[in-house]
Amino acid sequence: MTGLGRLGRLVLIGVPFVWLALFFVLPLLIVVRISLAESVIGIPPYTPLFAHDGVRLKLHVTLANFALIAGDDLYLRAYLGSFVNALLATVLCLLAGYPIAYAIARARGARRQLFLFLVMLPFWTSFLIRVYAWIAILQPNGFLNEFLSVLGLISAPLPLLNNQFSVELGLVYSYLPFMILPIYGSLSALDQILVEAAADLGAPPRLVFLGVILPLTLPGIAAGSFLVLIPAIGEFVIPDLLGGPDTLMIGKVLWDEFFNNRDWPVAAAVAVVLVAALAFPLLAAQRFLAGTRAA
Amino acid sequence: MTSLGSRSWFCIGALALGFGFLYAPILLLVLYSFNASRLVTVWAGFSLRWYGALARDEAFRSAAATSVEVAAMAASLSLVLGALAGLSIARFSRFPGRVVFGFALLAPLVVPEVILGLSLLLFFVACESWLGWPSRGIVTISFAHATFGACFVAVLVRAQLAGFDRALEEAALDLGARPWTVLMRITLPGISPALISGWLLAFTLSLDDLVIASFVTGPSATTLPMAVFSSVRLGVSPEVNALATLFLAAVSLLVTLAAWLMAQAERRRQTI
Repeated sequence: MTGLGRLGRLVLIGVPFVWLALFFVLPLLIVVRISLAESVIGIPPYTPLFAHDGVRLKLHVTLANFALIAGDDLYLRAYLGSFVNALLATVLCLLAGYPIAYAIARARGARRQLFLFLVMLPFWTSFLIRVYAWIAILQPNGFLNEFLSVLGLISAPLPLLNNQFSVELGLVYSYLPFMILPIYGSLSALDQILVEAAADLGAPPRLVFLGVILPLTLPGIAAGSFLVLIPAIGEFVIPDLLGGPDTLMIGKVLWDEFFNNRDWPVAAAVAVVLVAALAFPLLAAQRFLAGTRAA
Repeated sequence: MTSLGSRSWFCIGALALGFGFLYAPILLLVLYSFNASRLVTVWAGFSLRWYGALARDEAFRSAAATSVEVAAMAASLSLVLGALAGLSIARFSRFPGRVVFGFALLAPLVVPEVILGLSLLLFFVACESWLGWPSRGIVTISFAHATFGACFVAVLVRAQLAGFDRALEEAALDLGARPWTVLMRITLPGISPALISGWLLAFTLSLDDLVIASFVTGPSATTLPMAVFSSVRLGVSPEVNALATLFLAAVSLLVTLAAWLMAQAERRRQTI
């Protein structure tokens, strides 16, 4: 590979490099630029960056969109709501995912491969369909309410759909595999000799777990948490299909701003603030992901 | 001995609850796609009527064709870009901008879809007004999907290369093979499991994407998730259940095929 020559090397690195610069970095810069424009009726529906006032070219930028976001507590509540929902989903995924990852890591041979395949299969199948499947379960005359009333546990249908509960359930359901896989990765790389040594030296199972297994699988926990938290903050499909009037999540606000209000500069400003808020966790995630993926 | 017993019961319980939770909604959906009744939770006997209704639905059919076309283009582009990116990150420890490159390669995996979608749309709109190309539709969706698909392919290629014996490449070079020959005859066959699974992953991710496609599409192109989404917003329908079942069957078949192909490639590699 080192003998590939300068031209080969240039092509190998250059092609994907230029592609990512064009289709990932440049679009983000354009979002920043449009967030500083004013909304106008026209094509494109925002003011140009430079305006000619008859004498000379003037830079035309405004912070009005950011002032709007800061001034209206709808946006603030949506950012906070997204973060709280996503954080709760992350914790629930961790609590549910760790035992599953642990059980998979303890399975042997073909059975372990089958379990892994079963965890990964939902990841390959449609996100939209899996969220949709919950509507039939949770709606007032859905499977769960029918089941509970047949058992005689409830007399009137429980409000299970279009509220915080269904959004949280949808988040946990959709993102659980993203938590299980990295934790499984850490657990399967764990040196069993350390576990046995702790047990042989008389540590009770709980102490073995808290003192040896848990600390050594922290990288997997961190990677899984980022893989759940960050996409969940910007989630749109789940709050839209499973959420109700009290669900405020920023992904949906951005979507509505763009598709319903057709205010591109405000939508861009919402995106800029979201990226800025995610920058720190993203950079941290980068470090963990780069470390665990390479392993 | 008792602690071992209780631990295995714990594992069985975790797996049963976990897989029950992951699969029960999907199984219910599949089961009720064969329901004779329009009521989604009342079982009225086995029927294929919703599959018949689906076959006659022109909107779903053309959306499915659009989705497959987009996914095939996006996956093929992802494969080339992702393989090049994975090779360059894994094999060149130093080049200008490597850190930024590595970051840009992982970021689309975690950046929220609404942001990717919005930024790509604004980029395509700017492009169209400067260059007159591309008009929004199948091409722009494919380019957008190829961008995140390439990142997934690069991750898989990089992981596979980490476990790849470089002595094979060096031996071939020492024996006088040209670098291009080494790449085509040694390196690429060596990472073929990652390439196969990467293409399929990019294909299914493209087939599945709603948010990014909704942003970057134009009036001419509607993909399958977009058609499903607008119908699902009106409530549960048995026709969507039938469509979802077909989709799940197709994807499961593809994934099983990929797993089998990868196992075969792995076996071949180990017998060399």
